[in-house]
Amino acid sequence: MSHAGSEERTGPSPYRLTFDGTTVTARPGQSVGAALVAAGIVAWRTTRRAGGPRGLFCGIGVCFDCLITVDGRPGQRACLVPARDGMRLSTEGDREGEGGDGD
Amino acid sequence: MGTDLPTYDVAVVGAGPAGLAAAVGAAEAGLDVVLIDAGRLPGGQYWRHDEHSRPPRHQHGRLFTRLRARLRHQRHLGRLHYLPGHQVWLIDRPRPDSGPFTLRLNGPYETAPVERDLVRAGALVLCCGAYDRQLPVPGWELPGVMAAGGVQALLKGHRAVAGRRAVVAGTGPFLLPVATGLAQAGVRVLAVCEANPAHGWLRHLDGAVRAPAKSAEAVRYAALLARHRIPYRTRTTVTEILGEDRVRAVRLDGGEVLEADLVALGWGFTPALELPLMVGAATRRDLDGSLVVAVDARQRTTVPDVLAAGETAGVGGAALAVAEGRLAALSLAAAHGLPVDPRAVRRLRTAIRHGRAFAAALHRTYPVPDGWTERLTERTVVCRCEEVTYGELCRARTELGAEDPRTMKLLARPGMGWCQGRICGFAVAAVTASLTGRPATAEDLRPLSARPFAAPVTLGELAELGDDADEES
Amino acid sequence: MTRGGIDSTQQDFSKHQDFSTHQDLPKTADLVVVGAGVVGAAAAWFATLAGLRVVVVDRGAIAGGTSGAGEGNVLVSDKEPGPELELARYSRQVWGEDLGPYGERWEFERKGGLVVASTPAALGALRTLAERQRARGVVVREVSGAELPALEPRLTREAAGGALYPQDAQVQPMLAAAHLLRLARQRGAVVRTGTEVVGFLGPGGRTGSPATSRGGRTGAPAPAGRADAGAPGGRDAGAPGGRDAGAPVTGVRTPHGTVSAPAVLNAAGTWAGAVAGLAGVELPVLPRRGFVLVTEPLPPATVRHKVYAADYVDAVASSDAELQASPVVEGTGGGTVLIGSTRERVGFDRRPSPAAVRALARGAIGLFPMLASVRAMRVYAGFRPYCPDHLPVIGPDPRAPGLWHACGHEGAGIGLAAGTGKLIAQALTGEATDLDLTPFAPERFEEGGADESRGE
Repeated sequence: MSHAGSEERTGPSPYRLTFDGTTVTARPGQSVGAALVAAGIVAWRTTRRAGGPRGLFCGIGVCFDCLITVDGRPGQRACLVPARDGMRLSTEGDREGEGGDGD
Repeated sequence: MGTDLPTYDVAVVGAGPAGLAAAVGAAEAGLDVVLIDAGRLPGGQYWRHDEHSRPPRHQHGRLFTRLRARLRHQRHLGRLHYLPGHQVWLIDRPRPDSGPFTLRLNGPYETAPVERDLVRAGALVLCCGAYDRQLPVPGWELPGVMAAGGVQALLKGHRAVAGRRAVVAGTGPFLLPVATGLAQAGVRVLAVCEANPAHGWLRHLDGAVRAPAKSAEAVRYAALLARHRIPYRTRTTVTEILGEDRVRAVRLDGGEVLEADLVALGWGFTPALELPLMVGAATRRDLDGSLVVAVDARQRTTVPDVLAAGETAGVGGAALAVAEGRLAALSLAAAHGLPVDPRAVRRLRTAIRHGRAFAAALHRTYPVPDGWTERLTERTVVCRCEEVTYGELCRARTELGAEDPRTMKLLARPGMGWCQGRICGFAVAAVTASLTGRPATAEDLRPLSARPFAAPVTLGELAELGDDADEES
Repeated sequence: MTRGGIDSTQQDFSKHQDFSTHQDLPKTADLVVVGAGVVGAAAAWFATLAGLRVVVVDRGAIAGGTSGAGEGNVLVSDKEPGPELELARYSRQVWGEDLGPYGERWEFERKGGLVVASTPAALGALRTLAERQRARGVVVREVSGAELPALEPRLTREAAGGALYPQDAQVQPMLAAAHLLRLARQRGAVVRTGTEVVGFLGPGGRTGSPATSRGGRTGAPAPAGRADAGAPGGRDAGAPGGRDAGAPVTGVRTPHGTVSAPAVLNAAGTWAGAVAGLAGVELPVLPRRGFVLVTEPLPPATVRHKVYAADYVDAVASSDAELQASPVVEGTGGGTVLIGSTRERVGFDRRPSPAAVRALARGAIGLFPMLASVRAMRVYAGFRPYCPDHLPVIGPDPRAPGLWHACGHEGAGIGLAAGTGKLIAQALTGEATDLDLTPFAPERFEEGGADESRGE
């Protein structure tokens, strides 16, 4: 559970998010993708064809590799969505819950 | 017109160095400006930072802080409407070649707050920036492999690092700040693998082109590399990335294997051209092989009332982008009959000429190496979204007759997925051309650069698309 | 499951059998096919199978024009009883039987069509149509409103009812064209892309001189899908140019050489009128623009059938120039959902129009409300070649002996291609055709009329 290194300073208190049920912390201003990789989670999507794991690649909203389900909304770019306290993140690839309550 | 929606004199798209300079310059010259940017904060990719850290000090940091202050001032005066966190997904011009442009906007993610979903403007300055150019390599789809710019964005914008042991590879001077940034964040950087014999960089600086700021920068990076004991290995290429469900190591062209959990890749930059192509601007292939927008000596594209500046018109760095943005602003001011100081124009043109010459020197020093496609194997993924392999491209060529990138796309699906060829477009053009026994041309690049929607948009938003008449109740 | 249908077991066709222009053209052939789209490819395959030596030429790329912008409909459901329905039924059978063994290559899917009526009145009209179609051998099952969710779980619950057409199917049209050409090449056919027909050979090898013919070149707009490929009007067929109307056609002239052949098949899709013009005959094939919207990839079986609203049949048969849109929604092997289909007579303008895109999105959401939150990835335009009577042109042209046509299939060309190709091969080899070609006669638009005497 490591974070950025030397630039770390005391800032606002961290947000608490869940990823597939596991708690992940994020600093205000961080994207959910940044929070996940800082927590050592590098993949949260499975490709449709080969079933391969994917996470951040371009990091700036271009490649769409980092798609993630945020609070029940699928297909969000993890590198662009700012982390918020209480957010529920889940592995991408299942739209079946859509329209329902999610989990 | 006809509704209460204002028509701005100019819409500037992108708030990186070029867009900031263009927007601030146009507002200061007396034009009504709207500045639209996908980022939450001004600065673009060059000057990325976050609210909780100091403004960037490094490259042209003072240039940025001054532009930002002028942006605040113009907003305060009400001459500049700034829309951060808005992306443009469609531009159309109901009356071709005259009359205002209609820009449709949404947020970069679904729940993003959107202040305006439609903007009208009489002219456009497109400063859409660029992203890392990628060359596929076996294993590059493994988690832990990232674009160099993505690693940098995590560091600068989010204060996060994606690993502990990193290899930074590809070509170009941008690899240096990524490597030193990682080292300063506590990451062990095992090597910077520069494919070209890159000492040429400093040599070019001593030559015809005078760019003292760049020289100082080079010296600073050299010192940082030394301080962090980062080996800078020229003529070195990562030929394979190893791992099962995430990267474990890289193999270099000498056969050496470096164990790493983070690989940052970059081969120069690819300008984002969907908006210029959407409005019909002519493009050309630049010295670095990228498709860029053709502009004249006033930053005008081939489409009336559409200007372009910064990487959109050719990759050349922040200082050049600022000069181009300023010149674009003065061009627009002159077109509106506002007074423009001819000396300022001359100074900017000189700066741009020098900047272009310097960029050309860099492009010559750090080319995409010939024959890079030879590293690809049957199973190497070329299109990450649709997981199309090199072998499949070869068979689409030999068996099905795909001789050009568009046909390749239709028959083997590269560039048909989520990113619509943004990542693989350059590679698919190069691979298709090489399989057909010819060099890649601008014609090869265009089909994978044009996109009908410049950003994701839901069918619900499309269903709400209004005619200009019944817009904005 | 491999997608894309690329056959990994096939051997590499080396340079001797390449496609490109720099290869020599054969000097003679039994049949020259003009157009490497799906219609030309099907004709080339069946003609090759029948033992003919076939050369296929296209000024652009494989399936780069009309076929490359289609949806891949193989439908019987949207046809009124009449010659087109007969052809559609026949062609569906050819896709499923003659070409069945290769179906996987082009993602042939017997998914069935589900036509949905929103109101009881529309349902009544649909029932009447279905009854008439059934009398012509179409398999159709009436579906009550209560049954719809089981067939299509994400369909709107507002629908009054519908009709299920199990024979409706789908192919990936570019792959169909490319693989049919590959199969034909394996049996000796020659395919040359980047090879534009600029004129026809006449008796004794005399060449026409189309260079003098105003607008008669086939080189109207390049079919390659450049977003900016706005283009001059595509059709200017009537200009007889340097050829005498009625002169026989004995081959083609291209910038890369000539090919002599007793038969030349015009399968140039939307540009077929211009090709006919080179032979001095008029063929009123006009472009009708259609947009298709493509969504992000969705989980399998999000949309199970080819689903469309009952008013699609009216739009298909319409001659109005105005934008018409009726939603057609279907899933693909790649996970994307395709949304058609607009029809506009606007010449060759590929730029997406906000009005058309809006109409597509609204129609699709009307059928599948969950699509409102789904993202669009792209939209593409294609040109559906149509004739004034909305029937294709299939068969020999008595006005220019040696010239044959297989074109003007409008939005149904993919579906009708297989049958068209087989019928053309039958007629070329002097066999009795499985269907009467009279309704599709090329000369039917001439004054004095349609079904005059036709050589067997």
